[in-house]
Amino acid sequence: MSSGTLYDKVWDLHRVTELPGGSTQLFVGLHLIHEVTSPQAFAALKDKGLTVRCPERTVATVDHIVPTISQQRPFEDPLAEEMLSTLERNCAQHGIVLNGLGSGRQGIVHVIAPELGLTQPGMTVACGDSHTSTHGAFGAIAFGIGTSQVRDVLASQSLAMNKLKVRRIQVNGQLTDGVSAKDLVLHVIRTLGVKGGVGYAYEFAGPAIEVLSMEERMTICNMAIEGGARCGYVNPDQVTFDYLNGRVHAPRGEDWDRAVAWWSSLASDADAVVDDEVVFNASAIAPTVTWGITPGQGLGIDESIPMPESLEVGERPMAEEAYRYMDLQPGTPIAGVPVDVCFIGSCTNGRLSDLRAAAAVARGRQVADGIRAFVVPGSEQVAKAAEAEGLDQVFRAAGFEWREPGCSMCLAMNPDRLEGRQISASSSNRNFKGRQGSASGRTLLMSPAMVAAAAVHGRVTDVRSLSTQPDL
Amino acid sequence: MSSFPSGPIQLVEGRALVVAGEDIDTDRIIPARFLKCVSFDALGDQVFADDRKELNGEHPFDQARFQGALILMVNGNFGCGSSREHAPQALMRWGIRAVVGVSFAEIFFGNCLALGIPCMTAAPDQIKAIQALVQADPSRSWSLNLEEMKLSTEEESWEVAVDSGPGEMLRSGRWDATSQLLDNGPQVDALMEHMPYLNGFQAVL
Ligand code: SF4
Repeated sequence: MSSGTLYDKVWDLHRVTELPGGSTQLFVGLHLIHEVTSPQAFAALKDKGLTVRCPERTVATVDHIVPTISQQRPFEDPLAEEMLSTLERNCAQHGIVLNGLGSGRQGIVHVIAPELGLTQPGMTVACGDSHTSTHGAFGAIAFGIGTSQVRDVLASQSLAMNKLKVRRIQVNGQLTDGVSAKDLVLHVIRTLGVKGGVGYAYEFAGPAIEVLSMEERMTICNMAIEGGARCGYVNPDQVTFDYLNGRVHAPRGEDWDRAVAWWSSLASDADAVVDDEVVFNASAIAPTVTWGITPGQGLGIDESIPMPESLEVGERPMAEEAYRYMDLQPGTPIAGVPVDVCFIGSCTNGRLSDLRAAAAVARGRQVADGIRAFVVPGSEQVAKAAEAEGLDQVFRAAGFEWREPGCSMCLAMNPDRLEGRQISASSSNRNFKGRQGSASGRTLLMSPAMVAAAAVHGRVTDVRSLSTQPDL
Repeated sequence: MSSFPSGPIQLVEGRALVVAGEDIDTDRIIPARFLKCVSFDALGDQVFADDRKELNGEHPFDQARFQGALILMVNGNFGCGSSREHAPQALMRWGIRAVVGVSFAEIFFGNCLALGIPCMTAAPDQIKAIQALVQADPSRSWSLNLEEMKLSTEEESWEVAVDSGPGEMLRSGRWDATSQLLDNGPQVDALMEHMPYLNGFQAVL
């Protein structure tokens, strides 16, 4: 059993009581909702004659179904329009703040809550979305829930949970040039497997994590769930506090000073006991790309699609399925695999620093012939900040499309999708069969800079082989 | 189709079917395009839509011999990926009332629990044997007993497992957590009164 970790401290603080079934009733400090997983929860509430207990602890936005070319209402797709108007109605009826289109605060739920200062250390954060693990970057316990639990949180501001074990992912050394947080987390998942983290919260720690910006920490925690860990977190430190200071919902004045003192006290103690620890060396990690149909099927850019006999027996059936589905032969180097579509965006890599990294590669270059490339900022704030720096112009000049904020082709619940067997270089988080909107479409996950490099070469390319000119 | 689960879940009895494979994610159980809905009603027809299309009538959920099955036999890490409750909702609306496998993704497990659908585990070689029996004779009747923690046919029986908390919630009929959570409203109030971030970060009592 872990003890003295941030996870234990936050858990204990939010524990309401033990339930007869043996699980714990846990208070939820921040509840985030969006249009896809909330309508049925509101309907269930109505069926049971219940109301929303703490409307001020729930915050809504719209992200999954919004078109990214024109966000003119009503949407062209009547189903999408119905989902948004249902959310609008539910929020209005229950007094919940909706950060809607054009509010200046709309965007992917996991992008906007941090940038508004809603996500803070020491909170429990729940959302009907598995990538809620993102918010753990702040030293929160943040996890995805299903629609029945969304209903429970709306009704009671709490839910029934079982405590997780804690595994420390200790990352020593430093990432080298051209290697990003995305590469680090793809490497971790590749090493520990997509179910390696089941039953665990991942505590990301060590020198390589401490120097990461908040946006990079969010990228890592975002993908903890792809490694099977329901939440991931980084202990709060000065980087966390500097990010939060001055944000709309961050504490101010004397509250701020007390908040920082309290937040600092929550970090895992020096002698904290964890249930498991795995050590990585950041300097040994190369830009990493997935080749298969799970986020765990990753390769360093200088490696080749694995031969079946090099894999553990248990991994072979999934690899066989991946060879067939992806139409990639064992032994083929991953560098050089041609792509059709390049997508930069999502809650994993749709923040300002991600767009900067991609723009640094795109600047002064051209998207290769026949490649469709587009950039979707994670939020209206990200879009505005990027435009203020002229990143939209850099992308447009290079032949990328510059879109309106939303989830876009991460899961293609809007018009952005792959067609037929198209293969994409994607900065998102899932490469499952059919994930990007075509039942036979294929996805290669990589960092935003690597996606930009793939766009200009028309094939998977080691970004380290391209000079970048961020200051031009 | 039997009505949706309600009350204590002690026994699930009926025919079974198999969806074999590791890491079957919720995108496969219910592809994202079917999430464009404000009610779960239509999901039963859409379960495994893309896999079924690919197999052109040969998917277990389409084969005549498996129609009416209640117990789904799977392998490891079933239900990984997206948190969408649409996945268990789609299975339930197709007719599934229990799932037995090597392991389950956590959010999927919790979503099933909230619907009164037990997800029970057994060792990989036992699952293999069980799946083989289902395939060999789809008309065989199975009994999943949550009191005895056993999955049985007329001839054989296997031990199955579920964490004690969820197991108790299912057996006692208290798997629908909402009413319990609401009962403890006063404790939630008390906790909120002392939660630092709700009270200007004053010292915790
Ligand atoms: S960007 Fe993708 S993973 Fe993130 S919330 Fe949207 S759909 Fe989910």
